[in-house]
Amino acid sequence: MKHYAQAFDAFNKNAEDGWLKSQRIAAFARFEHLGFPTPSVEYWKYTDTKALAKREFKLATGYDQQAAAELLKAKGLKLDAHRLVFVDGLLSSELSNLEGLQDAVVIEPLSQALATELELTSGMMGRLAGIDVDVFTALNFAFVSEGVVVRVGANQKVNKPLLVTYLSTATEEVMSHPRILIAAGASSELQLIEHFIGADEAKNFTNRVVEGVMERNAKIHHTLLQQPSDKEWWVGRIQIEQKRDSRYTSHQMNLGGKLVRDDLVCDLNGEGAECDFSGLLFGRNRQHLDIHTLVNHNAPLTNSYETYKTILNDRSQGVFNSKVIVKKDSQKIHAVQNNANLLLSDQAQINAKPELEIYADDVKCAHGATTGQLDMDALFYLMARGIGEEEARGLLTLAFANEVIDKLELPEIYNLVETTVAGQLPHKIELELTQ
Amino acid sequence: MANEEMEQLVSSEYKQGFVTDIESYTLPPGLDEEVIRYISSKKKEPQWLLDWRLEAFALWKEMHDPQAWANIGYPKIDFQAISYYSAPGAKDKNAPKSLDEVDPKLLETFEKLGIPLHERAALAGVRGVAVDAVFDSVSVGTTFKKELAEAGVIFCSISEAVQDHPELVRKYLGTVVSKTDNFYAALNAAVFTDGSFVFVPKGVTCPMELSTYFRINAANTGQFERTLIICEEGAQVSYLEGCTAPMRDENQLHAAVVELVALDDAYIKYSTVQNWYPGDEEGLGGIYNFVTKRGDCRGDRSKISWTQVETGSAITWKYPSCILRGKDSVGEFYSVAVTNNFQQADTGTKMIHLGEGSRSTIISKGISAGRSNQSYRGLVKILPSAKNARNFTQCDSLLLGDKCGAHTFPYQEIGNATAQVEHEATTSKIGEDQLFYCMQRGISEEDSVNMIVNGFCKDVFQELPMEFAVEAEALLNVTLEGAVG
Repeated sequence: MKHYAQAFDAFNKNAEDGWLKSQRIAAFARFEHLGFPTPSVEYWKYTDTKALAKREFKLATGYDQQAAAELLKAKGLKLDAHRLVFVDGLLSSELSNLEGLQDAVVIEPLSQALATELELTSGMMGRLAGIDVDVFTALNFAFVSEGVVVRVGANQKVNKPLLVTYLSTATEEVMSHPRILIAAGASSELQLIEHFIGADEAKNFTNRVVEGVMERNAKIHHTLLQQPSDKEWWVGRIQIEQKRDSRYTSHQMNLGGKLVRDDLVCDLNGEGAECDFSGLLFGRNRQHLDIHTLVNHNAPLTNSYETYKTILNDRSQGVFNSKVIVKKDSQKIHAVQNNANLLLSDQAQINAKPELEIYADDVKCAHGATTGQLDMDALFYLMARGIGEEEARGLLTLAFANEVIDKLELPEIYNLVETTVAGQLPHKIELELTQ
Repeated sequence: MANEEMEQLVSSEYKQGFVTDIESYTLPPGLDEEVIRYISSKKKEPQWLLDWRLEAFALWKEMHDPQAWANIGYPKIDFQAISYYSAPGAKDKNAPKSLDEVDPKLLETFEKLGIPLHERAALAGVRGVAVDAVFDSVSVGTTFKKELAEAGVIFCSISEAVQDHPELVRKYLGTVVSKTDNFYAALNAAVFTDGSFVFVPKGVTCPMELSTYFRINAANTGQFERTLIICEEGAQVSYLEGCTAPMRDENQLHAAVVELVALDDAYIKYSTVQNWYPGDEEGLGGIYNFVTKRGDCRGDRSKISWTQVETGSAITWKYPSCILRGKDSVGEFYSVAVTNNFQQADTGTKMIHLGEGSRSTIISKGISAGRSNQSYRGLVKILPSAKNARNFTQCDSLLLGDKCGAHTFPYQEIGNATAQVEHEATTSKIGEDQLFYCMQRGISEEDSVNMIVNGFCKDVFQELPMEFAVEAEALLNVTLEGAVG
């Protein structure tokens, strides 16, 4: 913990006095007070982060431009989009491109927004993901300096998707705490894609926070592609507030990292608001992947849908915890949680906990969680048709994942996820891609 | 439904709420080593048991009331304000040797509760049920002892078992629920007063249903009973437990421990109809039911089945569990929990799979009405040794009224690729179309709701022994009276 205090002092010492500095000090005090959570905290029952306390993560001061460009070229998404690229937490203006934005849409780096529009930005920051939400959120607030601010005016559909790529290239232990702030105006539409890519040797600790307020009838399509190296620590939180008739769609594709903890929270505050989550946890080796979701049905006539699939191999561990809370007087609710887990190895472990907390009576809430192995009948069917056992197992595993992969609409993303999964199965499959 | 009718129904009484006016000796409130020594000497216990109690007490003092994680709330309990021993009869009077010596007032009480302790009266029924009746801290009497002894079955109160079969008690006591298991189990180990003891020897199928009826009567006392059931190889038993208490304004604590041991091919069926006083409509009074129940399927192909109907208690906090150690062992849990007014329940089960091919089924039905809150909390844990383990869980909640809550917290911890685990849960209210369908056929709203609710619970009721199933259905209707409008 000492190292975090030293890093914080060094970081905050030269900062200008003002709102941000005082907030950061409060946030760091909160972090020090709570410390990294251990399994004795119910919310962190299956994920132990105390190893983080011993690490000596530092903030990056620079990066190798060429290496970053090469990594992006090799693994980045080829997509026609507004692009922002961060390398080890620092903005890379060379690799970013925000040309061609509509007038009523603002997309800018957080550092720039804090420098030029402090009042507006401070109103957005910490409103949903304040220091009291969680210890990692507090830590993020203490160190936040970079990220993205997105403001979409009423009735605007952002003309191209926004692609935010985070590259981990450092060879030493580097931490970054990016934060994305979104204000989606009434009837606006935004497609946000976040892509985390790690170089093979990277050991970064990334702690990212997204805060989004959606006005009435706004739509956000959020895709999270996670491919950090298998030595990286990754913690993330998404907090969304939804007003009347808004719709938030999330796809979380957790395909890499050493320890991953992902928190997704939606507050459905207006009638007709709806959220739809889907995700895939694909664990290998000694990975530990943890997804927590929470939907607060604070208003009547709100809906939530969740579909999560987990495939675990080797000694990997998966955690899936979803919670739906229906407040008193939030009548006419429809909430569905679906979770299916596939264990490919005897050493793999899954801990699933789909929870319902319901204080209103006119609701239809259901959840299902299953864990099992591949269907022997299906395997037999394929093998009876001359497909080898290995390949048949691969095909069935991929088919299992496809139920969530199919929800990805952009072919570039779909292909990337599908080939990544297919290429990393114990029974490798070479896919021929159709564009 | 008209308002007057509603009120009338709401005020329907808890029928077991009377107090028996009987001379009794009750220890003054407070808990220290002296109290434990007193209980132990009163029961003429051997030294090892007293040591065991004192050890548990020392450990308990280090523990904390585990309020934090359960979804219930209650004011802090003052453990020094509770009396830990209360027995009918004067202080020095010896326990009655047979049913004939029992104070007729006591027999009358149980008669009134529908539990005839006269064997002749009981025989008039279709089939005999042996009863052990526990009144506050002591067992009043056990019926059909002779018939059971002929079959080789030991059925008596645990105090008698300590005297007559110390080797069995010593061998099994605390092996399923250790004295350090949790706060209330430790308290129970220190101060337990009575409870039932069942031992079914190898190859014997118990010739009749065994049953224990628990009654709290004295004010300001806690009931801490301990039940131990052992089935040797190939033995079978069906055991029923019932409980009631008078209506009082203060909360009374009931912290029991139940241990079941099933060896190879043994089968234990444990059914509970829990009807403790739930408190009044304002949420005043009622029993705190903090119970640890656990079965250990030690033998291969052994089976333990829990069936519970929970209608009473101000707060219910219990998780009847199965440790499936044996190969191909089977654990079952069937539960109906009904809460009304201000009742709170955090209940469920734990199925811990260690044995190869072990299977478990969980069916839980929760019905919340009034301002009550109810949670299902269940754990399914499959360890790497449990190859081909199988679990099916279904928990459904029904909400009656818009001020109650129903919650589901299922934990699945699976560490074996050959395991197959399924969990399903739904929460909804009674379908308008179902209700309409019934009422359209001339059935009143109240009856329609009862019918639908009974149908909702059918999966569990059919697991209950015949006598209990009828009682359970009737109880359900009483508990829900006035909940519909």
